[in-house]
Amino acid sequence: MAYSDGSEPFPTAIKLVIAGGFGVGKTTFVGSVSEIGPLSTEEILTSASIGADDLDGLGDKSTTTVAMDFGRITLEPRLVLYLFGAPGQERFWFMWDELSAGALGAVVMADTRRLEDSFSAVDYFERHDIGFVVAVNEFDGSYRYEPDEVRGALDLKPHIPVVLCDARQRRSATGVLVGLVQYLLSTIQSHP
Amino acid sequence: MSLAQDETWFDDDAGRLVRPYTVSNGRTKPSFHLDLLSIVAATGQIRQAQLSLDHAQALGLCHHPVSVVEVSAHLRLPVTVTKVLLSDLVDCGALTAHSPDPAADPTNRNLLEALLDGLQRRL
Repeated sequence: MAYSDGSEPFPTAIKLVIAGGFGVGKTTFVGSVSEIGPLSTEEILTSASIGADDLDGLGDKSTTTVAMDFGRITLEPRLVLYLFGAPGQERFWFMWDELSAGALGAVVMADTRRLEDSFSAVDYFERHDIGFVVAVNEFDGSYRYEPDEVRGALDLKPHIPVVLCDARQRRSATGVLVGLVQYLLSTIQSHP
Repeated sequence: MSLAQDETWFDDDAGRLVRPYTVSNGRTKPSFHLDLLSIVAATGQIRQAQLSLDHAQALGLCHHPVSVVEVSAHLRLPVTVTKVLLSDLVDCGALTAHSPDPAADPTNRNLLEALLDGLQRRL
């Protein structure tokens, strides 16, 4: 372990990504479990990043920015977990690459009224071989589906956990993260 | 950040009244790779008074080891611009930077177990 000036150790920073469609509760989830904020920062969306998308009326593309929310949990003095909410839309995939680099795993949040909004996140993590669980955020008044119904609708592989949560509740959201890490541990136990 | 709001053109609604790349002198790339979770910390060898306002503000956030993305959020500057400022500060000896630990990967059982323990304590 290295030191800045011999006085204070650098912590190990680890990362989990919270993904899902627009308005599914990513920021709420991050805020529930984080010891700070949640904080928000932004990345500059350059015209090269936009690809074929047309950002009508935004003028100078070099100053178009996309916000990302993040939170932090200090697990031990020298082990700090960061949670990043990934912007859901596919045109922000350039950011997903940076957010996912070095991530231990991901939570794909799903709203049963708009399950299709979670397709692109599921697809992304499968293609990049990043372990993930699906967390169904139970909004008030939304129809409750069984986890197996969600699994079928999202065409998930049988080993991928589907859990129900209330993103507003710290215990519930923390429980999703516990489930994710247990799943990640099970995958290395079955593939030593 | 009261410092930022007092000493720069800052509007609560509009944010900074200066285009982001003005802060980085037009540069869009740091002089070396910094990750969102690279950790930076002041060396104590350069004082804030020796630096430009933006560099001094950035350095002021780094008295304790802190991640690049947190500095970006507190400065209210895009990550790209923040990385340029921080790389300048490393280049002049004001900061040291550590890349994320390459051993922090999803096959590291000890790390995952420490993560699990830490999360379960919060339930």
